[in-house]
Amino acid sequence: MNGPHDLGGQMGHGPVRPETDEPYFHGDWEKRALGVTLACGAFGAWTIDESRHARENIAPAAYLSASYYEIWIRALEVLLKRHRFVTEAELAAGHSLGPGATPRRVLEAAMVPSVLAKGGPCDRPAEGAPVFVVGQRVRTRNIHTLGHTRLPRYARAKTGVIEAVQGFFVYPDDNAHGRGENPQWVYTVVFDGREIWGEGSDPTLTVSIDAWESYLEPV
Amino acid sequence: MHSDHDHHDHDHDHDNHYSDMQARVLALETVLTEKGLIDPLALDAIVETYETKIGPRNGARVVAKAWADGAFSEWLAIDATSAIASLGYTGRQGEHMRAVFNTNETHNLVVCTLCSCYPWSVLGLPPVWYKAPAYRAKAVMDPRGVLSDFGVALPQDKKVRVWDSTAELRYLVVPQRPEGTEGWSEERLAELVTRDSMIGTGLARSAGEVAA
Repeated sequence: MNGPHDLGGQMGHGPVRPETDEPYFHGDWEKRALGVTLACGAFGAWTIDESRHARENIAPAAYLSASYYEIWIRALEVLLKRHRFVTEAELAAGHSLGPGATPRRVLEAAMVPSVLAKGGPCDRPAEGAPVFVVGQRVRTRNIHTLGHTRLPRYARAKTGVIEAVQGFFVYPDDNAHGRGENPQWVYTVVFDGREIWGEGSDPTLTVSIDAWESYLEPV
Repeated sequence: MHSDHDHHDHDHDHDNHYSDMQARVLALETVLTEKGLIDPLALDAIVETYETKIGPRNGARVVAKAWADGAFSEWLAIDATSAIASLGYTGRQGEHMRAVFNTNETHNLVVCTLCSCYPWSVLGLPPVWYKAPAYRAKAVMDPRGVLSDFGVALPQDKKVRVWDSTAELRYLVVPQRPEGTEGWSEERLAELVTRDSMIGTGLARSAGEVAA
């Protein structure tokens, strides 16, 4: 979707503001936000792609004025309600008001080290050969899906070169919507900066994206 | 750390004592805990992991080893996930690693324009600026402007390569090894490796910047 999250090339956000001696967390609530987000992810009720799409669906004004932990929490509330773990009334009351869905797994403290060390690999056994080869010129498709995609707007309908075949990965555009993992080949595609940003842009710049095969067409 | 969340009288959600987000997260944690869906001690363990165990010192050790050990550097270039795992760094948001090496010709910069993808296993939690709109918007279009926001100026003829982390690959920049560090131990070399130098928004410290 062409949501507020798709920020590449937007202007007006001002300079990047690095923080001196930045703390890990700006307030205790951020610690709890991290913990609760990861603990709920461990339910196994939704995929990382569905959670990314929930974040993208936050209304633009709210998204752009929120810190990232706030974005996480807003999206987490949506996911927990969608999957019937909690209700709006419970969130408003700040208390449980009755039973809800049962997760496949509840993350206990003792499980944390192994769960974090294992992570959630998104590659899958390859099926078939990649359509594109290293060095080949390709064009990204001009897709404006209402759903989830990982092809950013600035890189659509642009011509680049396949730099690497990175593996066979779960396809987020389907997986975010419960249509299955449908894994595909992923490629690193590199673009000349001028192909994306036009005349007058930095002549020393190249930009790459990692693109699923169905984002690409031969030139 | 974890305070008296479980015991706090929470009939006053909008008590001025709490900011909106404090109240919102407290309500969420309380509901989930009451329902047996989360273990508050697991939340403590997650926070403690990222405060004390998983952070940019991991990545600095990877870079220092790459500088000191040519065979490791080659392995890192070919199969970063395995090379990094050999040092004990695996897992969440580091499942599929790639290392990109700065050279005299090319400077690398990593961003995630679409969300906040970041190599947690080697760098820990991303800084606020990495996740904020300004960086995500500007990095792909004007990386030299971003570098200037960090006080870094590259030679005008140096190529700049920006890696937008749009899939599940996570990128670690291997900065150039500073001059005058021949014969240094990996431990000492690691002192030169800043978090920002492994994102590409900085360079490694010079030899003179760390105590002998």
